[in-house]
Formats: sequence, C-alpha cells, structure tokens
Amino acid sequence: MTDTLRPVADAQGSGAATPPRSPRARPRFSSLLSGSVLGLIPFTAYIVLFLALPTVIALVTGFVDKHGALTVDNLTALGDPVILRTFGNSLWLSALTAVIGALLGALFCYALLGAKPTGVLRSIVDAASGVLAQFGGVMLAFAFVATIGIQGMITVWLRTSFGVDIFADGVWLYDTPGLILPYIYFQVPLMIITFSPALESLKPQWAEANAMLGGGILSYWRHIGVPVLLPSFFGCLLLLFANAFSSFATAAALTSQGSQIVPLQIRAALTSETVLGRENLAGALALGMIVVMVVVMAIYSLLMRRAARWQR
Amino acid sequence: MSRAQAAGRTGTARLRTVHPGPGRVTRWVIVAVIGVLFLVPIVAMVEFTLRKGVDGGHDFARWATVFGGGLTPEFKPIFTGLGNSLLLAVVTVLVMLVLLVPTMVLVRIRFPQLQRVLEFICLLPITIPAIVLVVGLAPVYSVVSKMFGSGVWTLAFAYGVIVLPYAYRSIQANLVAVDVVTLSEAARSLGAGWLTILFRVVVPNIRRGLLAASFISVAVVLGEFTIAALLNRVNLQTALLVVNKADPFIAVIFALLALLFAFVLLLAIGFIGGGGRPGRRSRRRAAASALSPVAPALSPKGSA
Repeated sequence: MTDTLRPVADAQGSGAATPPRSPRARPRFSSLLSGSVLGLIPFTAYIVLFLALPTVIALVTGFVDKHGALTVDNLTALGDPVILRTFGNSLWLSALTAVIGALLGALFCYALLGAKPTGVLRSIVDAASGVLAQFGGVMLAFAFVATIGIQGMITVWLRTSFGVDIFADGVWLYDTPGLILPYIYFQVPLMIITFSPALESLKPQWAEANAMLGGGILSYWRHIGVPVLLPSFFGCLLLLFANAFSSFATAAALTSQGSQIVPLQIRAALTSETVLGRENLAGALALGMIVVMVVVMAIYSLLMRRAARWQR
Repeated sequence: MSRAQAAGRTGTARLRTVHPGPGRVTRWVIVAVIGVLFLVPIVAMVEFTLRKGVDGGHDFARWATVFGGGLTPEFKPIFTGLGNSLLLAVVTVLVMLVLLVPTMVLVRIRFPQLQRVLEFICLLPITIPAIVLVVGLAPVYSVVSKMFGSGVWTLAFAYGVIVLPYAYRSIQANLVAVDVVTLSEAARSLGAGWLTILFRVVVPNIRRGLLAASFISVAVVLGEFTIAALLNRVNLQTALLVVNKADPFIAVIFALLALLFAFVLLLAIGFIGGGGRPGRRSRRRAAASALSPVAPALSPKGSA
C-alpha cells in the first residue's frame, strides 16, 4: 500500500529528475501531511470520548472504593460463590449454545454450497440471518414466550395433542435453561453469516486436483475441505461464544427474577448500588467479562490469521 | 451459479462426481428442516396475536385495533419509543457518515500505515460487550447531559460506537473494491483539492458501501436495548418491554412489524450489493459482509 502512494509523493515533489527520497523529507509533502493529520482529529476525539473513556472508566471503577481510593476489595468479590456461579452459568450457556449453533450453522452453510450467489435463496437467507442475529433481544424473548411459554403455541399443542407437559418439572423458560433455545436461535444465523464466506473460498481447483488424483467426495472433505475449514470453524465457534457471553437483552426480557448470568448481575450492581454489600461491583464484573472476551477474541484472531492462508 | 458448479459442468463427468457441495435433494432437505424450525417462533408470534380471548379461536381484532388507530393512551410509550428510535437511527447514521467516512478515506489514501490501527479500533466494540460499555458510559453521559441536555438523541454518540464494526466493514469492502487510491491520485493530478476529492470523487464511488452501512446501522439502532435500558432512556425496545406488561398481544404485533421492517432493510442491502447484475460476485460478497460483524478472515493486510 505504501508503494502505491510513493508515485504521488514524487509527483508532489520537485519532479521526476530527482532520485526518489523518503516522502517525509519533502517540505511540501510534510506541510500537506500536517494538514491531513488534522482530519484525523474529530474521529480520534470521538473514539476517545465514547469508546476508550467508557471502557477505561468501567475497568477502573473495579479498583476504587466509594471514596475514590484505590482498592482490590471489589476484585475479591469475583471469588464470591454467587459471582462464581453466575460466571459458571454464563460460561456453560455460551459454550453449549456456541457448539450447537456452530454445528447447525455449518450444516446450513454446507447446504448453501453451490447455491446461486445472487439467487433468491441466498438473498433471503442473508437478510433473515442478519435480522435474527442482530435484531433479537426483547423481541426474541416475546417469540419464545409465544412458542414455549406456559400458554405458548407449541406448549399447548403438545399438551392437548400428546398429553406432554414440557413444564412438568416446573417452568424452566424464565430461568437459565430457558435461555438455551433463544440463544441458539440467534447463534445459528450468526454462524451462517460468518462461516459462509469461508466455505465460499473453497477453490474449485482443489476439487479438480482431488479428482485428478483419483479422490472421491470423502477424500475431498477428509484431505482438503475439513483441514482448510477447521480454523475458520473454530474461529466462528469462538465468535459465537463471545456473542452469547456478552448478550444481555434476551436474558433481561425473559428472566423474571434473579441474576443468573453475568450481564444481569452487572445490571443488578448498577441499579441497586450495593450487591453483596459491595460498592463498584459492576466495575469488577465488567473487568471479569473483559478478561474472558479478550482471551476468546485473541484466540479467535490467531485462528483467523491461520484461516486467511487459504482465502487469498 | 458457483464457480465449483461451473467447473463441474464444463469438466468431465468424473469431475462432476467430486463436486463438494450437496446434491439438490440434500440441500433442500437441510434448508427446509432448519428453515421450518426457525419459522416456528415467528409463526407462534403471529398465532399469539390472533388469539380470541380465553375460549379459543382466532381473529384479526388486535391487528385491526393497531392499524385502525384504536389504541388507548396506555400504548403511547410505543410511539414515543418508535419516534425516539427513528430519531436515533438518523443521528447515528449522521455521526457515522460525518466522523467515520472521512477518516476511513483519509487513512486509505493518505495514511495507509494507520490502516491496521483503524481496523483494530473499529472492530474493538465486538470485544467490549455493550453491558460493559454502559458501566463506563453512565458517568460520561452525566457530563454529556450537562453539555447537550438530556435529549434522547445524545444516545446516538454511544450508538455510533456500537455500529462501528458493521459500518466499517461495508465501507471498507467498497473502498478496496473501487481502488480509491488511484482515483484520488488521478483527481489530485488534475488539481482537485481535498474536499473535491472526498465529495466528488470518493463518495459517489462508494455510495453502495455508504448505503449498506447506513441500513445496517439503522437495523442495529432499532434493535438496541442494553444501553437505552440501563441509561434510562426510552427507545423502541424498552417501550416494547413496558407495553408488554400492559398488553403482551399488542407488544408482539409491534415486535413483528419491527422484525419485518428490519428484514426488508437488510434484504435491500442485498439488492444494493447485488445490483440485479448476475455474476458480480464481489458485490454480493461486499453486501453480505455488511451483515457480518467481523471480516471472514482478519487477513494480514487488513484489507478485507
């Protein structure tokens, strides 16, 4: 990219006769450069104020007490059995729905392999996936109450037609297990959105090479398809995990009482000042979430760098 | 038609047998089974809104109420919320267009060495959950309220951050595809200044990317709940939750309408990208990438 810029820098300079020097050495260029740097200021200021500052505040409040003095007291709250259980809930819920979502989503992507890229099917799947993956939250909670709520369509149908009561052991929809189905409902579309570009990047030449060497469909997937796609698959799986882990709206709208997952615990800490008799617990919980997210996203970007090898 | 399939057709019969995609029947079975499973909750929502009291049966009474203007004042929050969300959508798109677009163009043309930094910043909101951001936004907004008042539109500053990954991806795909660097060099050698380059050369060439970025931003803003709920602002989603307590049936009708609207919006992104010209795979990809919060692969060159 720097190479494509150099001719411009030369054209700005004293002409083609002089040997190319570093663009920064030219006075005219550097004056233009300083002018251009001003252009970066508004966005930088915006990012500092509304992304960097809130994040730093969120993380730092975990380290201060109500008088503003530094303390690690809030962090010890992360070891509290209640908090540990919420983190445990969040982790298993995210892991379970990520695995199921990734498998179903990958299967669906496989089914779309070879479908017309500009066709009606692809357009509808893309748009529907976008809506369901990004637009869920409150409305997703409504949908599942209407489906498997106490008077939900499926609940009633199973009860009247088959005599099956899905809530025989108590109503689980408004507790942590009730989040599994809604979460899968937004995980699968996200998998379709993020994983299908990887499948599309499988080169037809590889299938031809496989055929030329006498390979069949099984050997194609065993020796080419699966090894090439595996890093992308696990990368998308991690992204799904991160997505479920940070999701708040669905749980907030669905769960009736208690704070079974970390985002709900943060809300409780934010709205009721003291949880477990501690101030600034929200900051400590936010720190805990960020640690998990950073680890997950770091592994994700490593996997994606590996996957990029085959996507040229 | 995919390249794999095309290769299968032009190749020998033997090549066709190793085409890695599923057969026609397998494909439609998978699509149908998963598709139907995903339609069930939507159908259940529709069925829910048609229910006629406790003694069973279905009618369109509630839909008639909603569209006949027969809503009682207790549903006012929903219109307040809808109005607020639409206002927020417009301001967020403005924030995105005014702050992000010139910066992306500038970095692309003038500071390519900052490309990776910009990409990192723009994708950062994926790693920072909204619920974490809100912990730090609360004190920031107590200052913002003093400066700009406590109008709901100020939320758009926060929303501008959460739409960054989506907006960045769709604009960047377009910036790379039209080779803005060469275009701006051509314009500069003809004596154009910076504003001319931005508005008369770059913007017309990336209008598909800008449109896709705007649409996805609108969809994200209309679906946003976390920040509004915890900063005690009223938007469409928080209003839906309030109205749901009074009358769940009406709330579900509005939820269905909102879902439908978002679906149409995203379908439009597909058509902007596809442009109705078959064979332009790169455009379809650019359009589809707008829906994805991340690059298909964070390639080392950072020019996804």
